[in-house]
Amino acid sequence: MRIDFQVIQQWIKPGSHVLDLGCGDGTLLKLLSDTKQVSGYGLEIDAKEIASCVEKGVNVIDYNLDQRHLDEFNDQSFDTVIMTQALQTMRYPDKLVEEMLRIGKECIVTFPNFGHWKARLHLGLSGVMPVSDLLPYEWYNTPNIHFCTFKDFEVLCKERNITIKQRLVVTQNPLDKAGATFLPNLFGDTAIYHLG
Amino acid sequence: MPNSPSNDVDAPPVTEQPCRFPDDSVGLVTPQIHHFTNPLLLTCGQTLSEFTLIYETYGRLNADASNAILICHALSGHHHAAGFHDQNDKKPGWWDQYIGPGKPIDTNRFFVVSLNNLGGCHGSTGPTSINPDTGEPWGSGFPLLRVRDWVNSQARLADTLGIQCWAAVIGGSLGGMQAMRWSLEYPDRVRHCIVIASSMKLTAQNIAFNEAARSAITSDPEFFGGDYLKHHTYPKGGLSVARMIGHITYLSGDGMGNKFGRELKSGSFKQGDNEPVEFQIESYLRYQGANFSKSFDANTYILMTKALDYFDLSREYNDNPVTAFEQSTCNFLVISFSSDWRFSPERSREIVNALIAAKRPVSYAEIDSQYGHDAFLLPNERYQTVFSQYLNNIDIGTASKPKTGG
Repeated sequence: MRIDFQVIQQWIKPGSHVLDLGCGDGTLLKLLSDTKQVSGYGLEIDAKEIASCVEKGVNVIDYNLDQRHLDEFNDQSFDTVIMTQALQTMRYPDKLVEEMLRIGKECIVTFPNFGHWKARLHLGLSGVMPVSDLLPYEWYNTPNIHFCTFKDFEVLCKERNITIKQRLVVTQNPLDKAGATFLPNLFGDTAIYHLG
Repeated sequence: MPNSPSNDVDAPPVTEQPCRFPDDSVGLVTPQIHHFTNPLLLTCGQTLSEFTLIYETYGRLNADASNAILICHALSGHHHAAGFHDQNDKKPGWWDQYIGPGKPIDTNRFFVVSLNNLGGCHGSTGPTSINPDTGEPWGSGFPLLRVRDWVNSQARLADTLGIQCWAAVIGGSLGGMQAMRWSLEYPDRVRHCIVIASSMKLTAQNIAFNEAARSAITSDPEFFGGDYLKHHTYPKGGLSVARMIGHITYLSGDGMGNKFGRELKSGSFKQGDNEPVEFQIESYLRYQGANFSKSFDANTYILMTKALDYFDLSREYNDNPVTAFEQSTCNFLVISFSSDWRFSPERSREIVNALIAAKRPVSYAEIDSQYGHDAFLLPNERYQTVFSQYLNNIDIGTASKPKTGG
C-alpha cells in the first residue's frame, strides 16, 4: 500500500464524508470505505481511472479540476477533502487548496518534495531537470507543472492563513528516514499535510 | 400473481432450427401482454378504468427476484428493446447494442423487462386504442400523461411479475426521467438508478423544438384535431416533419457533417445543368421522416413530447432538486455525451450536483462522442465499459432492501 494512504487511513475518522480530488483508480476511497466506512466521492479526469473506480464500486465523478473550480460544492459539505500526489499537476494549486478548505471541514494534501536531495543534486550537478523513478517524466511532457518543496508549500500556507494541523514527512529508504527527522525538506520525498 | 415470471420468454430462446442470431443476442423474443383491470388514477385527475401494457423480458428472474432490471424507453421507443421477433427480422430491438448475453445489461445475470409505455402506439393502451366508454379510438380524447403516470403503471407491471425491488431502473433521455422519478416515488423498490443523456427538466430551447414538431403535426390538414382515425386518415406529412425536426436535434453538427457533408444524392451544380439537386442529408431526413410516420401515431408523439416538456423533477419538492433526491435511497450512475446538445452534459452535471448535495451515492461519466443525443443508443467503447462495470457490481445474490409497506 502507498505510504501516504496508510497515514491518511489513520487520520480519517470513521464514517466521515470525504471528497478525493484526483482520486485515480479509487484505491484510497475503496480502502477508506472498507476500513473506515466513509461515504463520499472521487473526482477524476482520466477515462481509464474512472472505469477502474466504477469497477471497484467507488463513487467517481468525471471532473476536470483545471476547468471547473469546485464552485458547485457547498461550503463545509465534506468532513475531509483529500488530494494525494496531484497538487503539482494543477494549473492553480493555490486556489485549489483554498477551495478545498472552503468545501471541507479539514483537508489532507500530499505531494512529492522537489527539495529532496536527489532532485537538488541532479539539477545542481548535471544542470538538467531531474528524472528519477519517482519523477519519470521529461520537463516537456511532465504532468507535474507546479513542483514545490515543503518549504514553498508552508510559505503559501502562511501567506493565506492556512493552519497546518499536522505534517508528516515520509521517505522510501532508511538513509532518508534518518535524515528526514532533522532535515525534512532535504530528505523527505513525500509530505502529508493535515490542514484546517 | 396473475402472471408467473416463469411463463415469460427467456433468453436464450428455444428455436426449432439452428439459430442464425449472433451469440450475444437474446435471440427470438415474443412480446407479452398484461391487461390491468384495477383503475389507474392519472396525474391529470382522470382515471383509466382499465389498461393494457405490452412488454418483453430477456433473461431469467432469479428465485428471490433480485436480478430484475427495468428499461424505460425514450420518446419514440417501445417494448422491443432487444432480440428479434422472427427469423427474418433485419433489425434487432432498439437497444440491442446494450442488452444481451455478455453485453452491459447482461441477460446471463439479469432479468430485463422492457415495456411500451402507456399512451404509446405499439400495443399498450394509447390514443389508437378503443375507449371502452365510447367504443371508438381515444384519439384526441386520450388523457395527457406525465412521467409519474408511467412510473405508477410500471410499478403495477412489477407487481404482476413478482418484482418487489428492481436491481436497476435504466433509461436514456425521457427514459432517464422515468428512472429518476422511480427513485423518488418508489425509493424502496429501486436499488440502482441509471440515468443516461437526460435532464431534471427541459430547457426553453428544448420545449421549443418539441412545439415546432407538434405544430408540424397539428397543422397537417389530415390531423382533424387529433381525431384522424375517425376520418380514416392520418397526418403523415406533419408527423414526418416532426420526426425530421427531432432527428436533426438528436445528431451533432459534426456528426451530421462527417456522415453527409454536402454530398449530393442526385443532380449537380454544373453550369448549364438544370437537373434538380438533392443533398444526401435531405434524402436521409425525408426517408427517416416518412419511415417514422408509417409506424408511429401522431397523438402519441404529441403526448410523449408533452410529457417531456412537463417533467420537472423537483416541482413537488419546493423546486429544490436536493430535497427531491433526498427521497431516494438508491445508487446512481449518470452518463452524458460530449456532443449531445439536446440533453447536454451540463444537464447531467446538474443531476450529479444535486445528488452530491443530497449526499447520495453517484458516479458520473461524460463520454466523448460525435453522435449527439443519439450516442446513447450507439456502440462506444468507453460507454460500454463504464456501463458494464457498474452493472457487474450490482449484487444479485439477495435483495438488499427489506420489503416495506411504503
